[in-house]
Amino acid sequence: MKAVAAALAVSTSFLAASVVLAQSRSSGKPPAGAAPKFDPVIYAELQKAPEKARNRTNPLQNDPDAVAAGAILFEQHCAECHGNSAEGSRKAPSLQVPEVQTATPGALFWLLTNGVVRKKMPVWSKLPEPQRWQLVRYIKSLGGPAPAGDSPVPKP
Amino acid sequence: MASFCRLVLLGFFSFSLSWVFSPPPALAQERPYFVAYDHYLEEPGNLEIEYFSTYGTQRGGNNFHAFWTEFEYGATAWWTTEFYLDGQTTFHDNTLFTGLRWENRFRLLKREHFINPVLYVEYENKNGADKILKEAEGHDLESDFLVANTEAQKEHIHEIELKLILSSTFKGWNFTENTLAAKNLSNSPWEFGYALGASRPLALKASAKRCTVCPQNFIGGVEMYGGLGDRHNFGLHDTAHYLAPVLAWNLPSGWTLRISPGFGLNDNSHRFLMRWGISREITGFGSMVSRSFGGHP
Repeated sequence: MKAVAAALAVSTSFLAASVVLAQSRSSGKPPAGAAPKFDPVIYAELQKAPEKARNRTNPLQNDPDAVAAGAILFEQHCAECHGNSAEGSRKAPSLQVPEVQTATPGALFWLLTNGVVRKKMPVWSKLPEPQRWQLVRYIKSLGGPAPAGDSPVPKP
Repeated sequence: MASFCRLVLLGFFSFSLSWVFSPPPALAQERPYFVAYDHYLEEPGNLEIEYFSTYGTQRGGNNFHAFWTEFEYGATAWWTTEFYLDGQTTFHDNTLFTGLRWENRFRLLKREHFINPVLYVEYENKNGADKILKEAEGHDLESDFLVANTEAQKEHIHEIELKLILSSTFKGWNFTENTLAAKNLSNSPWEFGYALGASRPLALKASAKRCTVCPQNFIGGVEMYGGLGDRHNFGLHDTAHYLAPVLAWNLPSGWTLRISPGFGLNDNSHRFLMRWGISREITGFGSMVSRSFGGHP
């Protein structure tokens, strides 16, 4: 019985330590009533996409089911941090902002694939490539119809 | 019998936690491997509670049922930490708690590459009756398991285990290669082992409708693992090797079911290992704990 009790105590301790460490790295508290603001550096990660990746077109661009499938994937994997409508939360930035909506599908795909591990954004290459493109279609749909937004644009 | 009751209670306690926290539904995207690891870590702040079971045949002795409960927490996007509690039942013998493990995995590169390295560091505090076969290392043989539990549990093992995980994803397939080096801290030589795995979802595109039994929720594959001797006698001589098809079913409710029949590849291996597992991912566990202590999520 002692072994089980000790095991539970150790388990609780390391989980608590992990939580404290993880939370101590989180961003500061936003002003009351204000939408969470994120360091523009986070959005700047999109600019780090190599040109080749940035210029990739979405192979599911004309797939009529891609947005609906992407919405389900978003709810399952992304909404916990980015909010149910991708409006952002204390954990992760809004995906409705122009920085994201004007990004090329290729840049968004690149960011999903690589994550931003130092800023808590996981690597999502565990999702098969077509599912990541479905997510990109959904994210781009949040900005309303923007035909030009889905075509590659030159690096600024 | 008392030990068995304690283990059942512990298992019940673990899975009760997942219901108590009742997180929002989140589809876990878990790989089907039981022994091999890929480079995907737990999402930050998520806790996964897992129960795994291994039924093994034993030539010249009693078959056994070994099991472990695993708590896997995503501390950051590059660090996952896990805690294990192991136990086993040997038929016509007894049931006992066999030890604990604390495992950490660190992603070494910040971006995705063709080959993605992850460093694995584990401390094990177990006894000689441990039979979960979470890895095969050194000269681990089937005949080692013939010792009666009362005798085997007298041996205390403190072990450090290191792994280099090299994992790639290509056209929906995951290929992973793990090399293992383990050191019993009581003056034993370094022992070595390996694990290889390949897996792929049955469908790569997600359905536009919510579904439970649809191909993209199933991931199938195969894993192979075995020992590579020790520092004094490196190689395949007197080592055990296994080949095991694996299948995982990721349910939209956050539960994952896994099953894997494993087959020994030589006379040093158990002829048959039947593994299955069930796990539940609790999203935002770190935030829940933080809120309960007055912090902000």
